[in-house]
Amino acid sequence: MGRAGRGTQFDRAGRGSRGISNAMIKNTMTSPLSTTAPIARPIRLHQPMRFWITLLQALLTALLCAFLIVPMVMSVLAGLTVNYFRGLSSGLTLHWIGTVLSTYSDSVLASLYVAAATLAITLLTGVPAGYALARSQTRLSRLIEEMLVLPIAVPGLASALAILAIYGGFSVFRNSLWFIVVGHVVFTLPFMVRSVAAVCASVDLRTLEEGAASLGASFVQRCLTIVLPNAWPGVLAGALTVVTLSLGEFNLTWMLHTPDTKTLPVGLADAYASMRIEIGSAYTIIFFAITMPLLIAMQMLGVGPGGTVNRKLERNPRAEDPTS
Amino acid sequence: MHDLTFPLRWRVLLLAPALAFFTCFWLLPIARLIQLSGGAHPLATYYAVLTNSRYLASLLATVALSGLVTITTLLLSLIVGLFLVRHRFPARRLLLALLTFPLAFPGVVVGFMVIMLAGRQGLIGAMSLALTGSKWVFAYSMTGLFAGYLYFSIPRVILTVMAAAGKLDGSLEEAARSLGASPWQIMRDIILPALAPALTAAAAICFATSMGAFGTAFTLATDIDVLPMTIYTEFTLNANMVTAAVLSLVLGAVTWAVLAAARNLTGQAAAAAA
Repeated sequence: MGRAGRGTQFDRAGRGSRGISNAMIKNTMTSPLSTTAPIARPIRLHQPMRFWITLLQALLTALLCAFLIVPMVMSVLAGLTVNYFRGLSSGLTLHWIGTVLSTYSDSVLASLYVAAATLAITLLTGVPAGYALARSQTRLSRLIEEMLVLPIAVPGLASALAILAIYGGFSVFRNSLWFIVVGHVVFTLPFMVRSVAAVCASVDLRTLEEGAASLGASFVQRCLTIVLPNAWPGVLAGALTVVTLSLGEFNLTWMLHTPDTKTLPVGLADAYASMRIEIGSAYTIIFFAITMPLLIAMQMLGVGPGGTVNRKLERNPRAEDPTS
Repeated sequence: MHDLTFPLRWRVLLLAPALAFFTCFWLLPIARLIQLSGGAHPLATYYAVLTNSRYLASLLATVALSGLVTITTLLLSLIVGLFLVRHRFPARRLLLALLTFPLAFPGVVVGFMVIMLAGRQGLIGAMSLALTGSKWVFAYSMTGLFAGYLYFSIPRVILTVMAAAGKLDGSLEEAARSLGASPWQIMRDIILPALAPALTAAAAICFATSMGAFGTAFTLATDIDVLPMTIYTEFTLNANMVTAAVLSLVLGAVTWAVLAAARNLTGQAAAAAA
């Protein structure tokens, strides 16, 4: 119902105005004097209004950008100031960053290990799955795809509680970083699968592979010479997303961590709660320094927030759907 | 259809690792959580938890906050996204890059950003002290949480609006303008209907993320009664696994349902537009 309503409204606005404007252009050509006035008048009427709207829009944009960017700049400055309460006049220092590196180096390293392990597992499991899901168009494979993305539709807290409910008693596993890796893989796997599947679906792999097979290429040969080179942008986008998400994951990690398995965001929460603001800020600088290169790489590759939007692949509808 | 180069055996083999991991570490645990949440008398347990005034208040507060955040985010992002897509100015690329950074921030960092703005040593407090003589500190309350949720929702929705608005057919708008349509009419009849599918999807993601956001509330104050904080408190302080399980499953069901509904809606709308 809603769909039909929207569609017709859109059509009406589009076709209607197009038709009339064509008629008007014809009119202006035949008798310019009689018709230009009624057309020009409403435009003049709306001109000042449009100016004010644009001005307000610009102001709101500036305000919103300030809201998003100013705190980042402030926290970077706070982490480099001798005494934030006294302000920048107290001087700049790297002392706080040094303090963080000596106090929290374990948690930074733990996060890097966890991210690496998470990436390895998502590559091994997610890439083949993404390819297989893109190649098969059966109802069952759609169902499996729907199922695999469930962990990102449900809050991390619920997934973490569930993992604790069943594996919390295995203390060796519980006290190792692998417990956190498992949580991170559950949460990031959908991004890898979707990213690879979207890219694989945008090229006609089946035709290419059939061509290669008819020329005698084996499955392994086709994988190496056709599938992987074509899926590569998706694998790369997925990998960047997985690492970025793993480095910043807090909701699951806070429930799954033990005092021996603190990751970077867990350490951040700890620093915000119990340390002075300069140390929290310096720690935030370190987090920025680790994630910025990944974000810049994603920007350059055109990877969107969902991990799948690749500008080169915009014609593929599956790559654009932010919810799936 | 029979696919010669992709027999069933390989399909199963390629999907097996991901499915095995998913089953072991998500599906089975969730099944166990559902079983745990039921206890001996599932209906009675769920009824008791859901009619408990404290939990109900927490659930309603979370839904209300997330709804308000979603509406505010959509409105602001629509205005700003349309501006950013249509105007070229110096350092625009840099600005857009900076706007995407909050997308990678964990909830705790978002909470810290709110503290930087509106905390005890925050910018807003310092400015209001200089201007009005009173110090405005609202980071450690529902208002602070609202600001935090806006902080992580706005960049995502701005990007969605920009992506969708970039594909708008400019000639429709020109035609409407040449016919004397007011900016409001153009917005209502041309821009909004075209952006509707993207906006619906973005709204659903925004709502679901706000419902489940835990890190921001955790950083700002542990006594804000939003559902994720209630679940956390029940689990850690009260060691009440059954209530925590019931509440987290309810939360999960709500976010999943919102996302699924939006996907069905937008899927149809996209099909209608094509």
